[in-house]
Amino acid sequence: MDDASLLWFNSKAMNKMEKALHELNEMDDLAAMDSPIHHLSPLAKLLTTIAYIIITVSFHKYDLSGLMIMVLWPILLFSMTGIPVRTCFYKLRIVLPLVMAVGLFNPFFDKAPMLMLGNVPVSGGVISMVTLMLKGVFCLMASFLLIATTSIDALCAALRKLHVPGTLVTLLLLTYRYVGVMTEELAIMTDAYHLRAPGQKGIHISAWGSFLGQLLLRSMDRAQDLYNSMLLRGYHDHFHYVEMKPFRMKDALYTLGWIAVFLLVRYVDVAQWMGSHVMR
Amino acid sequence: MMIEKKMIQLDKVSFSYEPGRPILQDLSLHIHKGESVGLIGANGAGKSTILKLMLGLLTAQSGTVRVDGLDMNKENIATIRRKLGFVLQNSDNQLFMPTVEEDMMFAPLNYGMDREEAEKKVDRVLEQLNLTDLKYRHNHRISGGEKRMAAIATILMMEPEAILMDEPSAALDPCNRRIVIDTIRGMDQTRLITSHDLDMILETCERVILLDKGQIVADGRTEEILKDRELLEAHRMELPFCFAGPRYR
Repeated sequence: MDDASLLWFNSKAMNKMEKALHELNEMDDLAAMDSPIHHLSPLAKLLTTIAYIIITVSFHKYDLSGLMIMVLWPILLFSMTGIPVRTCFYKLRIVLPLVMAVGLFNPFFDKAPMLMLGNVPVSGGVISMVTLMLKGVFCLMASFLLIATTSIDALCAALRKLHVPGTLVTLLLLTYRYVGVMTEELAIMTDAYHLRAPGQKGIHISAWGSFLGQLLLRSMDRAQDLYNSMLLRGYHDHFHYVEMKPFRMKDALYTLGWIAVFLLVRYVDVAQWMGSHVMR
Repeated sequence: MMIEKKMIQLDKVSFSYEPGRPILQDLSLHIHKGESVGLIGANGAGKSTILKLMLGLLTAQSGTVRVDGLDMNKENIATIRRKLGFVLQNSDNQLFMPTVEEDMMFAPLNYGMDREEAEKKVDRVLEQLNLTDLKYRHNHRISGGEKRMAAIATILMMEPEAILMDEPSAALDPCNRRIVIDTIRGMDQTRLITSHDLDMILETCERVILLDKGQIVADGRTEEILKDRELLEAHRMELPFCFAGPRYR
């Protein structure tokens, strides 16, 4: 069976929940890949991503040309890590439309023409809408790249280094684990349901109550077992996160270098500067 | 072998999940240090409940639970749990860290061991179990048999004085089952194993306790009990395959 047939077979063989679980596990696999970015300290990646997001969001709503340059960082990271861009958009397919919807009404409120595209006037509302959409997409891409190059445990360790409260970080880590547990239970139950309801699409509304109730009970049972297993191995409210790669000179250079570039792009009109040099 | 001290003691223990439906009633059992004991019985006989009481995951409504001379109470529970290692029936519930190595280090780090020392210990335990290739593998990417062995490895990292196992051979293929049996046989800690796999119990335990409806109905040498067809069948069990031979041809 060739790769394409295998993919088709897998997509047909797995139910939606199994696919979700598979995708969740795939993020761990991406984080375990080998690239210069994967080898950086999680703290460096976290700080750079936070700086990127803050600076991207801070662009003026009409500064489309400046904002466009910010796409270079995620693109560079995609090429350095070998993670396909389509993987990012595929995994973000549910949140992307929501992000795209932000600013959808701007053209109706801000109708003043800002520039001419040939003979077509473009209003400030359209520009601010595109800017908002791009800001959202860029921030999502940056967050995806952070998660795809850093395991959740390493990320939690980095958050702790930044003095984010332990309770919050443990909550984040355990939620991530339990989402997997719940999805697994859901996959088993959905399979069991469909085997006894052939040809039926989805779960019939009459079964929703008991289905969700059972799912909750089963997930709680499993979560209890997991928690017991932690207790029996000495867990007492303090989670020992995975060892974080040390923050070395190259991490400092990566972080500071990129923050400097982001600030440069933010406060110097690089597009105009480049344009004027080309014209000269 | 001279066995002197009691590792686990249950004296007149009663427990019920709901009033009027006792799971265990005035149950007493003693497990000596170094013993390997099989706890067998039909579904609902109370095997898992006994394990949970020993681990302090459940509290007996009456009677006493004592581990290595320590009464089960709030003050002693941490010490008791350090003495006991528990291998869950479903290894997926036991492995929650991203890799086998991190999962194995979970207990030692919680008990104050520094990371470097814990890493060395991981190597030692993996080598002892012949699992060195599992070290950096992701827990969600290893097979069922490997998961079971990884779960045992996480428990051995604690260097417990007694190991409690709930159905260690369940859902394993013959080859992995054999690996688990050999691993259990190689352990020198006190062992308490609950299982329906009587052939495995025969190979790994010198003593068997047969439970039915929360009561001990037989306690003695493994071979004697597992050869007793009448006794086993009276309590919803069957002779192990090696004694019964093929029933259906």
